[in-house]
Amino acid sequence: MPQHETRRPLAAPKTTPIPVSFEKPRKNFHVDLLLWFCILWLGAIVLAAIFAPLLPLAEAQDASKTLMEPTNQPPFTVPGHPLGTNGLGLDIFARLIYGARISLTVGVAAVAIGMAVGAMLGTSAGYLRGAWEAVIGVLTNTLLAVPALILLIALSTVLRPSVVSLTFSLALVASPGLIRLARANTLAFTQREFITVARALGAKPGRVILRELLPNVLLSMMSLSFVYISVLIVAEASLGFLGVGIRQPTPSWGNMIAEGLGGKMEQYPHLVFIPATVLFLTVFSFNLLGERMRKRWDKREVSL
Amino acid sequence: MKLMINKVVQLVVVLLLVSIGTFALTSLMPGDPATAILGPDQPAEAYIELREELGLNDPVLARYFGWLGHALQGDLGNSLVTPFRSVNELVGGAFPVSFQLAAMGLIISLAISIPLAMVSARRPDGAIDRAISALTFGILAVPSFVAGLILIALVVNQLNIFPRTQWIPFTENPLDNLYHAALPAITIALAEVPTFTRVLRGDLVSTLQEDFILSARAKGMPAWRIMIFDAFRPSSYSLITVVGLALASLIGSTVIVETLFSLSGMGSLIVNASYVGNVTVVQGAVLVIAVCYVLINAVVDLLYAVIDPRIRRATT
Repeated sequence: MPQHETRRPLAAPKTTPIPVSFEKPRKNFHVDLLLWFCILWLGAIVLAAIFAPLLPLAEAQDASKTLMEPTNQPPFTVPGHPLGTNGLGLDIFARLIYGARISLTVGVAAVAIGMAVGAMLGTSAGYLRGAWEAVIGVLTNTLLAVPALILLIALSTVLRPSVVSLTFSLALVASPGLIRLARANTLAFTQREFITVARALGAKPGRVILRELLPNVLLSMMSLSFVYISVLIVAEASLGFLGVGIRQPTPSWGNMIAEGLGGKMEQYPHLVFIPATVLFLTVFSFNLLGERMRKRWDKREVSL
Repeated sequence: MKLMINKVVQLVVVLLLVSIGTFALTSLMPGDPATAILGPDQPAEAYIELREELGLNDPVLARYFGWLGHALQGDLGNSLVTPFRSVNELVGGAFPVSFQLAAMGLIISLAISIPLAMVSARRPDGAIDRAISALTFGILAVPSFVAGLILIALVVNQLNIFPRTQWIPFTENPLDNLYHAALPAITIALAEVPTFTRVLRGDLVSTLQEDFILSARAKGMPAWRIMIFDAFRPSSYSLITVVGLALASLIGSTVIVETLFSLSGMGSLIVNASYVGNVTVVQGAVLVIAVCYVLINAVVDLLYAVIDPRIRRATT
């Protein structure tokens, strides 16, 4: 790059317009390492969560079995408890893995349900238009009128918080955004030739929606799924932290972090910072993967 | 004008549906709501009394319209657990706290993210831009309750700069009030900084390639002047959209921050009521929050027209 270029005080207009994008212009080895770290982390968490019952883990839930165990031990001090123990002598490592089961199940299942519902409603609203679109529009606006966390807390007031009720509550919270996204995508796809062709060949609306629109809409929504998973994992953890999500003694990352409240964090910082780090890494990984997927997908769209 | 009427009608329909949804919370309760609220072993009269209080003996529609009528007249009913105060009183006491926290959080997050975006946009893909984008990406993955705990651990416990719990009403001592609200507000602000920064940076970068920026540069304007007086306004439309959308997460953050710092705002009111199944309080608070949120969003919609003349022309 010539010397005068670097000294410019502002992004100066060049003779050839430079496309504006968030993307970095060249491949960066360092960044790829980060991506692989995230994939490895998520892979490890997922595998541990799936095979949790088969792993030789110490007691995670039943405090009556840990009466003899040391309590509030920091990591790497007691043999058999790699990440230490909590106030009841329960093994933090085991609780993290069982917490991962809940976080991942709830997050992934809620996004899957939200996507299925959102794609169906959004696509049909965008293709059929008219009264159906108006009804769906008002319903999404109504769901969006209550801030997500407030809606979740309100639901958990009346539903006993469990993995199933949380999954459906989170799916409900995720769906309005997904419905809007599906509808917007449908409006764009409906202008394309393959829809015109399908209609010219006599395809009924049901067939156009199911066979032509849905696969395309779902594909474009996929790139957002990871970001949604990370948002819902945070929401689930927030509920657990507030005490209105999964309740003790069942471990969830949120209620584990809440164990450090009430002055315990000052004495035993590991109670808070171990689950907080795991939560951070997981959310970060999902975000990063989602970001990369979005870029990948955007490129594909451009090349079409 | 027609568009305005359309919007107002939609607003009313949405608010009605929200009220129905809020009201229906009681019917979502598994089994008998009275038993669910009081727990299993209470004297039989208590259940009968509570069923009367909840109006469970009347038909659903009558109950709904009764509740809505009272709510419209500004009466949200009474709390179901001790102390049996009116929901109005509880919400009235809690609302100013949350409102102030959310407003301060929004102002602080804008105060952080606008300069960050400007510094980033000055040299896109430069070292500073990359550092800031990495930083915001990291912050994006920190849930606000974790951010709050970290702030408490660092600022309160280690440095002793800010007090941790206590709320001093603004009317009592404005300076003390701001001082005590600062840390919770910063916690709320942090969650919004990544989105705001990214959106504004993106728009600034494209605005800076426009001809009028070149002409301003040619006149010899300093970079900071161009950034603030020429580039900022035309780049702020997406930011306003995002700010409107961020209100929901701001309210969510206040819930968490209030629990974390033991402040008695709407959030802690709802959480505590939710924990013991105090449905009337949850209903009242949810209704108030939803109405405020919908109205604020409507105002944000109008704001576009004020800031962006193109929209004004398109809608009128």
